Amino acid sequence: MPTSDQSLAIGYNYQDQTDLLQKAGLTLFTVGLLLLLLPSLPIEAALRQGLLWSGICLSLLGLGLYFGQTYRKSHPGVRNNGVWLRGSTSRGNIAWVTAVGLTGFYIILYWFPFLLEGQIRALDTFSQWLRGKPADHWLLYGTFYTLAILLMGVRAMLKYRHSPYQVIRTISVMFFQLGLAYLIPYTLQKLNEPEFYFSYFWPLKYDYLFPGTVSYLINEPGALGVFMIFWTAVISLVGVPILTYFFGKRWYCSWVCGCGGLAETAGDPYRQLSNKSRAAWQWEVAIIYPVLGFIVLTTLLLWLNSIMGGGLLGSLSNGFAQTYGFFIGAIFSGVIGVGFYPIMGSRVWCRFGCPMAAYLGLLQKHFSRFRITTNGGQCISCGNCSTYCEMGIDVRWYAQQGQPIIRSSCVGCGMCATVCPRGVLNLENGPREGRYQPTTLISPENLRILD
Amino acid sequence: MQVVIVGNGVTGVTAAITIRKLNPVALITLISSESTHFFSRTALMYLYMGHMQYRHIKPYEDWFWTEHKLNLMQASVASVDFSAKEVVLSSQVRVPYDKLLLATGSIPRALEIPGENLAGVQGFYSLPDLENLEKYSQQIKRAVIVGGGLIGIELAEMFYTRCIPVTFLVRENYYWGNVLPPEEGNLIQEHIREHGVDLRLNTTLQEIKGDSDGKVKAIVTGQGEEIPTDLVGVAVGVRPNVSFLKGSPLKLNRGILVNPYLETNLPDVYAAGDCAEIVPDKDKNTYIEQLWYTGRMQGETVAHSICNRRTAYSRGIWFNSAKFFDIEYQTYGKVPVKPDSETQTLVWQHPKRKKLLRINYHQPTGKVLGFNLLGIRYRHEVCENWIREEKPISYVLKHLREANFDPEFYRRYEKEIIQAFSRQLSAVIP
Repeated sequence: MPTSDQSLAIGYNYQDQTDLLQKAGLTLFTVGLLLLLLPSLPIEAALRQGLLWSGICLSLLGLGLYFGQTYRKSHPGVRNNGVWLRGSTSRGNIAWVTAVGLTGFYIILYWFPFLLEGQIRALDTFSQWLRGKPADHWLLYGTFYTLAILLMGVRAMLKYRHSPYQVIRTISVMFFQLGLAYLIPYTLQKLNEPEFYFSYFWPLKYDYLFPGTVSYLINEPGALGVFMIFWTAVISLVGVPILTYFFGKRWYCSWVCGCGGLAETAGDPYRQLSNKSRAAWQWEVAIIYPVLGFIVLTTLLLWLNSIMGGGLLGSLSNGFAQTYGFFIGAIFSGVIGVGFYPIMGSRVWCRFGCPMAAYLGLLQKHFSRFRITTNGGQCISCGNCSTYCEMGIDVRWYAQQGQPIIRSSCVGCGMCATVCPRGVLNLENGPREGRYQPTTLISPENLRILD
Repeated sequence: MQVVIVGNGVTGVTAAITIRKLNPVALITLISSESTHFFSRTALMYLYMGHMQYRHIKPYEDWFWTEHKLNLMQASVASVDFSAKEVVLSSQVRVPYDKLLLATGSIPRALEIPGENLAGVQGFYSLPDLENLEKYSQQIKRAVIVGGGLIGIELAEMFYTRCIPVTFLVRENYYWGNVLPPEEGNLIQEHIREHGVDLRLNTTLQEIKGDSDGKVKAIVTGQGEEIPTDLVGVAVGVRPNVSFLKGSPLKLNRGILVNPYLETNLPDVYAAGDCAEIVPDKDKNTYIEQLWYTGRMQGETVAHSICNRRTAYSRGIWFNSAKFFDIEYQTYGKVPVKPDSETQTLVWQHPKRKKLLRINYHQPTGKVLGFNLLGIRYRHEVCENWIREEKPISYVLKHLREANFDPEFYRRYEKEIIQAFSRQLSAVIP
């Protein structure tokens, strides 16, 4: 046991010691989680509602207390102490239990939502107020998802408070999730307008540019439906290339996107678990581009089909949307993407499965001003950058040769630059000329990883 | 051509990779007793702190070595038979070479005081040192660190993350006083103390006392104070790891003596990195460089010499960096502890936050000489160019923004810096 008497003699709290307040926070959180299970019992509606809301409040309060106290005690700076010594963040028992719990939640949500009936009914009053209709399992999920981003966003802001880039970026993902992916779509529902997510675009929200969605929105009374088509088409086909040209794919993946938002906040404790091997990179390339190609091809075929009055595909198009939705939407992005956070890291979906990431990545690699610059010969090859890259990029490979890092998968979270102990890396939007130019202060090895 | 490299640190590995680049068919063998694969020595502290695991600090995946036909051998070298051109392993196996590179690195310097060999007294340099540290720092009440340099503060940070109270003995009258000017040293030592470290300046270590089991139990300072402790981290510098070469025809002094081409006195035998003591052409003093960067640059240079493209080692404009707990440090060019009479120094320090910029320039000509930075990042290329091109201080101040390498959204301090420097400048130029 570390002796506190000697350290207390000079009035000091060692930040890595779990104190009473932190333990109280964790206890409150556990009690809150247990309360969330209770509405499943056959009890009356008012009690159910009371239990669910006290569960939500207690677990938020408990974790908030824990994080607040943890970071109040620590100096601002990189705090990855013990990440690979604690089981919860290094695939230990706690990590496996968490993964099983999360995966189980997704399985219930997608295939057995009736098991959540008690919790869903407890949200009815809230749902009526928010969107003018009774709750369903997607409202429950959306609410938990948004709360996770908000709470873990506060944690990220505390943890990275020494870095304005990380703080502002975290505020951005919290804002877009709460506003554009939660409050606005549900308010639209309340106003009897289509539930529309202004922060998701084709090809991630692939059906937004399918003929079926377009004709449905056009037939909506009022101008809003037309505006929605306009919005999604213009951003997907014009806005994305322009914004990516100036800022790289980060403007979306680590600033706006809801999947990215969850990865950057709730997934932050797990970012170091991504696989950095060359083999993983080969898998990434082999999966993500075919997914994009599949979506592009399907969209084109559906339009062709629609123009030909259904002569090409007949009723196949519905079947497609369902199959794709099941395999990619449910299994990949949900069960594996989030359920496996504590085992495979926070960006499995973004890295291996997201068609939007593939599209943005191609633009970032070939038509962008964005790069991560290496500061001359200052790299000491320590490996913090690669370890904490959630996308599994071996950042050090480039840095130790003095090369700028230009990788289609880079989401621009900036964590490599934040954890670098020598300040070697910097995210920059420079001119495209000389973008690949390595420093003259190190001789590059001229050895490639992937041809 | 059979090239044998003793040592798989940054020098040996950079040399091996560079030789492979210059010569696709050479047989290259790297021998190390410490580990099969190359790892980043500078990252050892992060293993103890739990930021990374051993596999993360290997800069190359294991396929790299086979794909580039770099033969790795984990073995301890007992001696070198220079006349037979063979490296002799402790297993008595002999490894023949056409060209030999000695890149054996350093070992921690000894204190030469009583009690130095007690269990729990150790340096922090190698993988075995890390294992010992892990073993001897379990459940301890206090650790004492001796030596106010980079390894000393690393150890302090490491113990801090394990909640181990630390007493830190520094011989100088402020932290790293033999390298940093006082403002920098004071700023850092204030930061050290904020982390609860019991920092003792002007303090040396007199004696280490052990218990009946041969384990350390206390230290006695130069002032005669006895401090109970369970572990003593010795961080008083390193010396070349060359003892296995003593008594051979190879010329040694403190390190292996080499000319600027990194050639030793024996044909086809080269030395580079921490273990090499370079004898400059003119009658300047010999020098040993013990940094990651210099190791890498020497490795690259010696590879050219080995591949018959004799290249003299020139490290260019000096640079270095470090991190003291949360404060990043960069230096470019010449920033001595005490500037000579012709050097003027401008210092800006943030009134509250831990940020500092020092620029030295040559008073008669105005040309810029060097930069010290704490808590601010500057571009290596820009600083290097300004120093090499001898840009006047007025030019540097006008273009200061171009040097900044801080991340997006970080507050910039050029305005405050220029104002502060203008006041200091007008004081020296009436």
